[in-house]
Amino acid sequence: MNTEKEKRTILANDGVQSFLTALLCIVIGLFVGFIVLLIISPQGAWEGIITILKNYFTYPSGPAKMKYFGNTLVKMAPLLLCALSIQFCYKAGLFNIGAAGQYVAGAGASLYGALALGLPWYVDVILAIVAGLVFGGIVGILKAYANVNEVISGIMLNWIGLYTVNMLLTGVKETASPYTVTLASTNESALLPNMGLDKLFTNNKYVTIAIPLAIIVAIVIQIILKKTVFGYELQATGYNKDAAKYSGMKEKKNIILTLMIGGALAGLGASFLYLTGYEQWSVTQSSVPVMGFNGIAATFLGGLDPIGTIFASYFIQHITSGGSYLDKAVYPSQVSDLISAIIIYLCGFVLFFKTVFNKRLNAKKGGEKA
Amino acid sequence: MAEEYAIEMRNITKRFPGIVANDNITLQLKKGEIHALLGENGAGKSTLMSVLFGLYQAEEGSIYKDGKEVHIKDPNDANDLGIGMVHQHFKLVQCFTVLDNIILGVETTKNGILQKDEAKKKIMELSDKYGLSVDPDAKIEDITVGMQQRTEILKMLYRENDILIFDEPTAVLTPGEIDELMEIMKGLAKEGKSILFISHKLNEIMAVADRCTVLRRGKYIGTVEIEKTTKEELSKMMVGRDVKFEVDKKPAEIGETILSVRDMTVASKLHKNNAVKNVSFDVHAGEVLCIAGIDGNGQTELVYGLTGLEPVVSGNINLMGRDITKASIRERSTSGMSHIPEDRQKHGLVLDYSLAYNLILQRYFGDEFSTKGGFLKQGSIKAYADRLIEKYDVRSGRGADTLVRSMSGGNQQKAIIARELDKNPQLLIAVQPTRGLDVGAIEYIHSQLIAQRDAGHAVLLVSLELEEVFSVSDRILVMYEGEIVGEFDPKTTTREELGLYMSGAKRKEVAA
Repeated sequence: MNTEKEKRTILANDGVQSFLTALLCIVIGLFVGFIVLLIISPQGAWEGIITILKNYFTYPSGPAKMKYFGNTLVKMAPLLLCALSIQFCYKAGLFNIGAAGQYVAGAGASLYGALALGLPWYVDVILAIVAGLVFGGIVGILKAYANVNEVISGIMLNWIGLYTVNMLLTGVKETASPYTVTLASTNESALLPNMGLDKLFTNNKYVTIAIPLAIIVAIVIQIILKKTVFGYELQATGYNKDAAKYSGMKEKKNIILTLMIGGALAGLGASFLYLTGYEQWSVTQSSVPVMGFNGIAATFLGGLDPIGTIFASYFIQHITSGGSYLDKAVYPSQVSDLISAIIIYLCGFVLFFKTVFNKRLNAKKGGEKA
Repeated sequence: MAEEYAIEMRNITKRFPGIVANDNITLQLKKGEIHALLGENGAGKSTLMSVLFGLYQAEEGSIYKDGKEVHIKDPNDANDLGIGMVHQHFKLVQCFTVLDNIILGVETTKNGILQKDEAKKKIMELSDKYGLSVDPDAKIEDITVGMQQRTEILKMLYRENDILIFDEPTAVLTPGEIDELMEIMKGLAKEGKSILFISHKLNEIMAVADRCTVLRRGKYIGTVEIEKTTKEELSKMMVGRDVKFEVDKKPAEIGETILSVRDMTVASKLHKNNAVKNVSFDVHAGEVLCIAGIDGNGQTELVYGLTGLEPVVSGNINLMGRDITKASIRERSTSGMSHIPEDRQKHGLVLDYSLAYNLILQRYFGDEFSTKGGFLKQGSIKAYADRLIEKYDVRSGRGADTLVRSMSGGNQQKAIIARELDKNPQLLIAVQPTRGLDVGAIEYIHSQLIAQRDAGHAVLLVSLELEEVFSVSDRILVMYEGEIVGEFDPKTTTREELGLYMSGAKRKEVAA
């Protein structure tokens, strides 16, 4: 009797619910992904889904595992920052879908600083932050003073950002390819320092301070939201902006500031990827990098909690990286992206499952003794 | 065996974390009767009705309709059984029109196209028949609380429900409208509809109900025939002790002018005209000045202008010798103005914050609760919240950590009052502070208003209830269509006289 009651209180705990529903989303996502693999080619399906889940564990040797584990972490850092950007704004009642564009702005600014201007990494990182901040600020100003919906202005800016950056970086692209020249060959000072972390991952030179910094940023965001006056105001505005106004909070200022910080986070995230040299920017790309959108899934999978989002970001990146190991002979190369997309898509359903879960819990409570 | 009952709820028990909201309650509603459900805030009236309406599932007990056991799992089930409800907090779509809200869920369609004309005709008929005047094409967000409630009542009538639940329906109506509603309810009962009337207004229960069931702190106290009982007996059943109906107060000691308003004009959000037109008045230390009037005559906008929620078009506002016409909300708040807002859930509270966080809503930025580095002092917040909860007797399931959303309406209001009074304001602006509250809470709030006055502070009370106007105020201003049309001394005027001014039949020039 007592334990039964205790069990319920544990189940009613918000954190536990977030964790369980996140797990449920992952399982359903994997299941749907598996079904799709079955439809395309029944023979390889089981092996395929295992491959995706295994990611770097595919490699037999320990050092190789560590090296490719490093690669997953390298891409986790920017994803985490995009997720934090969205989450921070979401807490203030703003849906920052413009994170994708702020990410693009950050990528453009840091690469331009590094390649065209030859600036060292710490200046490039600041440029990325400023670019994201400006992009976020534009959305914020439009929202605060002209009541333009932040989703609309955010999406528009995504495209403006993409083509501006493509244009800006055309000057520093390789002659034979659409990709920007490498940092290693042009300006080594722009590469983020490894601080010895590369040694831990079998000399994976892409593993830099970006990874621990991203986790520190998540913790800082958690502290801002939970412990500071600014976080108090921000969430009060998000929950009830009439009450925020009634208590004399500067609503407009908070909207702009929130989106600026959100933009800065996404911009910083971009520099955390492009300044490792792991990827080059393709100046002919005609779609906004998916990182900003995956951030939406990561933040919901993380239960809208910065610490939970660290793990969610890792998982999503794990699946995405794992997808690339699918047997290309059995499955066309798009399938890996499709499967990761399906899983990520279902990860966004955490809030939905949480509501259902709570309803069931209450119904069970009511029905048990009737 | 229980054929005579339209609805019978037997031995209902419903628990929430930390609280038993309904403890073995039985309620029997006869066909064609008006049955009052009486109890203080948090007594479990709303919970019991939510169980009947399918919003909550009871842990124990059963419900019978016309003698047959029924299981009501959600409001749709209730609807199918002909149970309709006007909720205390309206369930209306803000950006829809009155018409859209009424037909929502039961729309008449032809080949998938909405047939609104027919519905409109039916609504106008109902509206005429019962004297519930509404503008079917007005949007909910643009109409007054009173009109929103009339929309809710029409919604139920439109669905032709035969068991009607009214959850505190008179809280925001004018005296005349209340009388009309009473007539409507009697008329409906005569036609064979069964009415559950949730209220804590004893006069209304005595006037309209046939029988009354009393709850106290989640427990069933008894069911009595109204003909065989008295107001005093009912209130004793409800509160568990004798209640004073009159407010004790000594004569006012009028001091200096605290608030001085000159020619203030505030724009309306509903129409192109101004909602408040050239209003001038003073509020002095040591007095309760009451703004009386029928809902929607500019009182809301007057308060918005005074507190800074809306900018004024013209005029001057002076608080203790300081011009605050253009001051921000925060400046007004920190320079001695407190505001108990009309809509406690819209403006007064962040429902998804804890009680503690809501209690510091007006002072979280001060040194007491935040460090120079911008961090909140959690320890001080908790201690402060605990002190206020104790001092103002705010009841909740989990103390300072309780989500305000889960608290009863009366305790939500107590939380606001605790927060606003603890600022020790020179000027307290209280807008319908007792709306929807029970006698115990009303008694308490009135005594708090008088205590403010006696401490030498100024109180500006905006009220729609004449009983309150007469028992609390030292001076009365009547507002009609955005203007002040009369000034009265409650000791020398009558309700009838005031009513004439409130309805615009009479007016006189008032010099501030």
